[in-house]
Amino acid sequence: MAKTVLAIDDSASIRQMVAFTLKSSGYEVVEAVDGMDGLDKAKSKPVNLVLTDQNMPRMDGLTLIKTLRGLPQYKSTPILMLTTESSDTMKAQGRAAGATGWLVKPFDPQKLVEVVKKVIG
Amino acid sequence: MAIDMSQFYQVFFEEAGEHLATMESLLLDLDLAEPDLEQVNAIFRAAHSIKGSAGTFGFQDMAEVTHEAETLLDRVRKEETRLDEAMLDALLDAGDVLKTLLAAHVGQGEADHEGMTRVCARLRQLVAQSAGRSVAAAAAAAPEAPASAADAGAAATLKAYNVSFAMEAADAETVLDNLLDELQQLGEAMVLVRPATPDGTWHLRVTTAADREAIAELVDFAARSGTLGIDAAEDQPPADADDGSYGFFDDAPAPAQEEAYGFFEPVGEAAAPPADASYGFFEPLPEQVATAPEPAITAMAEAPKTERRQTDRRQNERRAGADAASIRVGIERVDQLVNLVGELVITQAMLTQAAGRVDPVIHERLLTGLVQLERNTRDLQESVMAIRMVPISVVFGRFPRVVRDISQKLGKQVELKLVGEGTELDKGLIEKLTDPLTHLVRNSLDHGIESPEKRTAAGKPAQGTITLSAYHRSGSIVIEVGDDGAGLNRDKILAKARERGLQVSDAMSDQEVWQLIFEAGFSTADKVTDVSGRGVGMDVVKKNIAALGGRVDIESMTGIGTRMTVRLPLTLAILDGMSVQVGEETFILPLNTVIESVQPERGMLRTMGRTRQLLQVRGEYLPMVTLADVFGIGGRAAQPEQGIVVVVESEGTKAALFVDALLGQQQVVIKSLEANYRRVPGVSGATILGDGHVAMILDVPSLVDMGRKALPEAA
Repeated sequence: MAKTVLAIDDSASIRQMVAFTLKSSGYEVVEAVDGMDGLDKAKSKPVNLVLTDQNMPRMDGLTLIKTLRGLPQYKSTPILMLTTESSDTMKAQGRAAGATGWLVKPFDPQKLVEVVKKVIG
Repeated sequence: MAIDMSQFYQVFFEEAGEHLATMESLLLDLDLAEPDLEQVNAIFRAAHSIKGSAGTFGFQDMAEVTHEAETLLDRVRKEETRLDEAMLDALLDAGDVLKTLLAAHVGQGEADHEGMTRVCARLRQLVAQSAGRSVAAAAAAAPEAPASAADAGAAATLKAYNVSFAMEAADAETVLDNLLDELQQLGEAMVLVRPATPDGTWHLRVTTAADREAIAELVDFAARSGTLGIDAAEDQPPADADDGSYGFFDDAPAPAQEEAYGFFEPVGEAAAPPADASYGFFEPLPEQVATAPEPAITAMAEAPKTERRQTDRRQNERRAGADAASIRVGIERVDQLVNLVGELVITQAMLTQAAGRVDPVIHERLLTGLVQLERNTRDLQESVMAIRMVPISVVFGRFPRVVRDISQKLGKQVELKLVGEGTELDKGLIEKLTDPLTHLVRNSLDHGIESPEKRTAAGKPAQGTITLSAYHRSGSIVIEVGDDGAGLNRDKILAKARERGLQVSDAMSDQEVWQLIFEAGFSTADKVTDVSGRGVGMDVVKKNIAALGGRVDIESMTGIGTRMTVRLPLTLAILDGMSVQVGEETFILPLNTVIESVQPERGMLRTMGRTRQLLQVRGEYLPMVTLADVFGIGGRAAQPEQGIVVVVESEGTKAALFVDALLGQQQVVIKSLEANYRRVPGVSGATILGDGHVAMILDVPSLVDMGRKALPEAA
């Protein structure tokens, strides 16, 4: 069965690009517009990988990751942060929140697929 | 796999446009004395979002400008610097430049590269200044370098940790095997003490360059909560870095700062102080280090299988549907719908007219049905029209900026009040309304509101007020631009009009005098400013509003202020018309152009020159336009007293249209004649009448023009 990726970004264009790219590579993609929406969608359907933006209205990426890690079903699900910041502070925060890794924006579709493949095959 | 990025551009353009509008309105709304952090955050997010997407889709220029803006905003939102007027200006300026860049990408206009360079330099300068001013900012910037140095050092230093924890008895051996595999990705891992029973305490020794958290993350997954303990064993001498385990960095560029992605490895905390040992272990840190993704996959691959069985897919889809509170539809689809409803209205009118001839007793049910049909059609029509309706806040939203910029330029203090922003009108109108309204507001700012000194001298508050209000009034939308400025100067306008050779007299009513400012090239400004006063515009405003079927009225009182009132039909698709008959043809006159209709008498008529006729109506001589002649059709009324005259007005000029008879008032659905046939002078469109006949909608401004042009100067 195709693996499901939850793509969370408040930018519709990025969301569309991520979804299109991953779908073209055979993944199922669930989209969410912010952390809150992402949390709802993650709860309503289990996913194999979470890709989340950091800066979003209502709930940011770090809070979402922390919240997801608090849920039994998301204790070990890989979570990648899509971030424009790649500073060590950012990485430390991401790690502390429980993220699996990061992907720096802007990224191209090939890179995205490459990283997702590494994580969930 | 090559993905064509251009397919996402349209969404990006719309999104970036929305973000830019949000940024601008939030910036204008900011209280500099006490900026709302949530607001600053929202502005930051907008800039950030544009930057991320612009970079992804290859619009580097936009990414660059937003990057600079974001850096400054980041300082502000972290309270490392105080937002001041200069920053606000620079950020607004950046927004403007971004708009031109966006427009250029969309294919409209030229990108302002000069402005881009300027605004980026300005923003960088502001960031630099703010860094110089703020200790906190300097401190925040400093740790970057040491952190990466520590990072580099960490990779070379191997440390040993004693790890103790307990597990659930079931599967303990399997879990341990997996755990050891994972730990070995970090370095060396071995079991020191096996417990007597599987649920007892395990002791492991891990030798790694990774820090304790990296270990904790892995072990916590297996450990029963609260049982995990990690202690630093005695320091190991630095060994050869066993970095082969960090496989994921292989294909990333060499310097750590430039990695496009990564998985969390120890971040500069290799020598974690022992004091930290008591901290953090009770907190779940369940993340998988992705250097060992396989167990995660197996775990996850199983989870969905079991859980999905319980999940009703359709339920999910329903939920997804409910999430979407609105949808985007192409305007052409809506127009198509409007068009179809228009046809339906006509068909319904035809049926009603046809049914007027049947016996109401025999066909009672048919007639009841038709009444019902009429009601349903009307409701449907209203609903469809409502789709095209957008709140006027779309237009009003730009004015805080306009007022701020211009009042600053003019050295005036002006407050803008917006009333009735939720008032809805047709989207087509909105687009055409922006420029005329902007001009009216500029005009109020420039000519209406006085300088603070003048205002104080006149006993008024130094700050002037401009009020923009919108409301619905009997099928029209009314938009008022009011100011509490000096008011129009009657004498000045009259003097200027004489200077320009216009026909004026001191006996003219105020209303007539005010209308003079709509004459082409008319300006009473003492000096020409770059805001307004070149005398272009007011005539264009009037023309544009008239083209939308509306009109502009002016009320003004010296010393009190001026109010310009724009009245427009609610929609461009339906027109309130007066139907008139000429020969066998029916014509529709837009009701808002009709002043009155009179039955002419022979004595009212004067002939000018060879063929032109003037009609005297209430002391005024109006040029008479005989529709039968204009359209080359035979009118039945050969003599004026046999027919009727409709007095119409356009742009302050009246004309008398001679027709055979008045038929009545009715709403008509406008069909473009130009789109379906070709442009015909004197006709602005067509409609289909209840009996199925086509009627022309008259272009009153051009008819009035015909009447005026034919008149000699002396008239």
